[in-house]
Amino acid sequence: MTVAARPRLRGVVGESAPRSDAPPKTQGAFAYASDLAREGMLHGATLRSPHPRARIARIDVEAARALPGVAAVLTAADLPTKVKFGLMKLDQLPLADGRVRYAGEPVAIVAAEDPERAREAVRAVRVEYEVLPAVTDPVAALHPDAPRLHDDGNVIEDVRVVHGDPDARADVVVEDEYEVAMQDQAPLGPEAGLAIPDPDGGVTLHVATQWLHEDLRQIAACLGLPERKVRLVLAGVGGAFGAREDVTLQIHVCLLALATRRPVRIVYGREESFHGHVHRHAARLWYAHGATRDGDLVFVRASIVLDGGGYASSSSAVVANAACFGAGPYRVPNALIHAVGAYTNNPPAGAMRGFGAVQSCFAYEAQMDRLAAALGMDPVALRGRNALRDGDRIVTGQAVEGSAPVADLIRRCAALPPPAPPPGLIAGEVDLTALPGGVGNVTRGEGVRRGTALAVGFKNACYSHAFDDFSTARVRLVRERGEPVAYVLTAAAEVGQGIVGVCEQIARTELGVQRVVVETPDTSIGSAGSSSASRQTWMTGGAVLAACREVKAELARRAEAHDRVRRTPRDGEPVDVDLAPLLDPPIERTVTHRHRPTEPRDATTQNAGHVAFLFAAHRATVDVDVETGIVKVVQVATSQDVGKAINPLAVVGQLEGGIAQGLGLAVMEEVRLQGGLMRNASFTDYLLPTTLDMPPVVCDLVEHPHPDAPYGAKGVGEPPTISSTPAIVAAIRAATGRELNRVPVRPDDIVFGTAARSGWRMRPGADPRTAVRM
Amino acid sequence: MRLVVNGTPREADVREHESLLTVLRERLGLPGSKNACEQGECGSCSVLVDGELVCSCLVLAAAADGRRVETVEALGSAERPHPVQRAFVEAGAVQCGFCTPGFVVAAAALLRENPEPTDAEIREALAGNICRCTGYGTILDAVRRAARITT
Repeated sequence: MTVAARPRLRGVVGESAPRSDAPPKTQGAFAYASDLAREGMLHGATLRSPHPRARIARIDVEAARALPGVAAVLTAADLPTKVKFGLMKLDQLPLADGRVRYAGEPVAIVAAEDPERAREAVRAVRVEYEVLPAVTDPVAALHPDAPRLHDDGNVIEDVRVVHGDPDARADVVVEDEYEVAMQDQAPLGPEAGLAIPDPDGGVTLHVATQWLHEDLRQIAACLGLPERKVRLVLAGVGGAFGAREDVTLQIHVCLLALATRRPVRIVYGREESFHGHVHRHAARLWYAHGATRDGDLVFVRASIVLDGGGYASSSSAVVANAACFGAGPYRVPNALIHAVGAYTNNPPAGAMRGFGAVQSCFAYEAQMDRLAAALGMDPVALRGRNALRDGDRIVTGQAVEGSAPVADLIRRCAALPPPAPPPGLIAGEVDLTALPGGVGNVTRGEGVRRGTALAVGFKNACYSHAFDDFSTARVRLVRERGEPVAYVLTAAAEVGQGIVGVCEQIARTELGVQRVVVETPDTSIGSAGSSSASRQTWMTGGAVLAACREVKAELARRAEAHDRVRRTPRDGEPVDVDLAPLLDPPIERTVTHRHRPTEPRDATTQNAGHVAFLFAAHRATVDVDVETGIVKVVQVATSQDVGKAINPLAVVGQLEGGIAQGLGLAVMEEVRLQGGLMRNASFTDYLLPTTLDMPPVVCDLVEHPHPDAPYGAKGVGEPPTISSTPAIVAAIRAATGRELNRVPVRPDDIVFGTAARSGWRMRPGADPRTAVRM
Repeated sequence: MRLVVNGTPREADVREHESLLTVLRERLGLPGSKNACEQGECGSCSVLVDGELVCSCLVLAAAADGRRVETVEALGSAERPHPVQRAFVEAGAVQCGFCTPGFVVAAAALLRENPEPTDAEIREALAGNICRCTGYGTILDAVRRAARITT
């Protein structure tokens, strides 16, 4: 086997190569967590609180336990420890003990011979609740007189950004209040896991998750087991978008397996999925922007309240993001931003794509348009004038490094090809699918107005504020049937985003080997961190790259020893290596990759807390039927600094998919809450964009490499979900002249033009706890 | 009940309220059709019953008695994928893939009826399938690509 004659490698870095998990996924042969089964397994089910706030007076499980086919019924009384779990704050018991803090909180779990019996047993558990008045307004929850929902009060996190002169004055000032409703990640694959008791008293869990090791830490602690006795294996993940960062059924299914000594599977249905995972924080934001008459930003002041719901989840980091990125990708010399996350009795909120940057971007981009109007300036020109350049500081005092000038993204995005002109008022044949309302046939074009607008947004890549962020990769180069094969093992969760393909393309490129096998992630190797924060390409891609380079170095050493190297005159790289005799024994290297350290957050958040920033611009064109309030998004165009596209087609897939979720938040997606109860926990009532809602997207990938990232490749997953929403809403404003200070925009908002008002008076920049009821 | 699944006569014990999807997944060892919404909203469970595209979560198992059912598993194989399956891989239309079996079955059904669909026809035909990952651009591209391969 001589490599000299090998054909060119297919699927290296920079190519739009198919990923290896795609073919089985098209054939129905890919095993998702909900497809797993074991001989003799039991089926688990969960009893959840119907009340948002209550005391549990008594639980009677006798009737449930007596049912035929029921193997276990567990409540808080059966928990092996009183250890709480939580991503950043340990504040929740796996099963409620004495108090429930949101409707949907798990109270009891059962295991039975089949799913029907398990559900029957759940219905047979008798719980006596003393119902308490629910606290569902997050601003009210922060009031000193509000009932304490947790022992340490109702503030989950409190972040202030104080930059320059917080009291600066400006020629022109615009001010308003904004609202973002709760969004659901709605991954198509429901939560699912299969737990198998191990002979050593431990447990192996096959689960769809974003972060195996973080689950492991929380599970082991709550089970009272040493971490070595809990093993996690990644099962096929049907999408995540933040919803799988928290523990949902993981501890429950392990508890049931350990209690029954049998394999147990839990699979949520769609309704339970809505209740089972955290959501995007609903938010109230009060903003004031000041500028000179020439259009230079002078200050941004903002107060932000994020509704954390019953438990903290990742609220503290979401609050920090909302504050850090709360002035937008602009040069702002003076800023005062105060963001607070509140406990309420609403369903808990946590991670969703964009993670805190989404809420503030909707507000600051609306403000930029308002400011442009007040100045009589073109809104695109105003943005370009103030846009961050390399070396400029964001309001946390951190300089931007390794990014394309934001003004370039704005200029490029504004220049992308526009959509075809509107269909217009047509008497005869008309393609209804091109009009708002589609084949619902609500208009022939008579009330339809077109609008176009642009928005820009940004956030961090990877983990921030001194978090020890790392990923571990093991690369093994072996010889199989005379051919070199590279095996790559990491704990990185493939949730759909394509980290499998990224690892394959990097290993192929680095090792010059066509066959790369990415092994099933598990906890036998070190953590890869979460598939979140747009970080896996940077972190796990970086770890694979580093491990490959160590393997390559060893290969070169062995080649020298074998005297089998001929060097190309051009670059001195070893070529024409007969690898076969060099791979006995195989070469294996494990490398842990860290990004450079970040600074912890101080009292005024003036520090280099982030690794890097991700920027994107979006331009939206909409047709709005002003008579019915129905919106048709006609086109979204985007310019995004991706650093380097490891796989351009996969990057486009991330951009288009992220924009679809941004469109959802702009015009259709809202978890509707009434007194803490979720009113639309189904795909019939929670509307997701379909092929008829999602327009063509024009993608412009800007490749400005970051010096620290593998091949310069920045994360790409989140920016598409940040500024697409404000761009679409701004386009609707342009079409209708309505204020639209809330997302999602509802038909009524367009037809009647009533702005959303919280009923709280708040001076932008002030402590949200000082809000006064109007 | 007896039915012909992917060309093979099969028998299954079913409970009266069970869906065809449950029977396929839990009794007949065919987990390719996915359960994502249980309400016929997302199309992840799409199969053909006597050649007609349906959401198998909305078909009572008993109603499929004596029928011919085709699932994603029979559309193509790893060695000989269906043109739609090939096109989905090449077009980058697969991310998490949970919706993919349903889209593949629906797209194959469309192309069987209409081998050269317009973009508007593709969008209309696939409007009953939800994808949360792709934003549909690559899926539409895959269907156009498959139409070219097929015709």
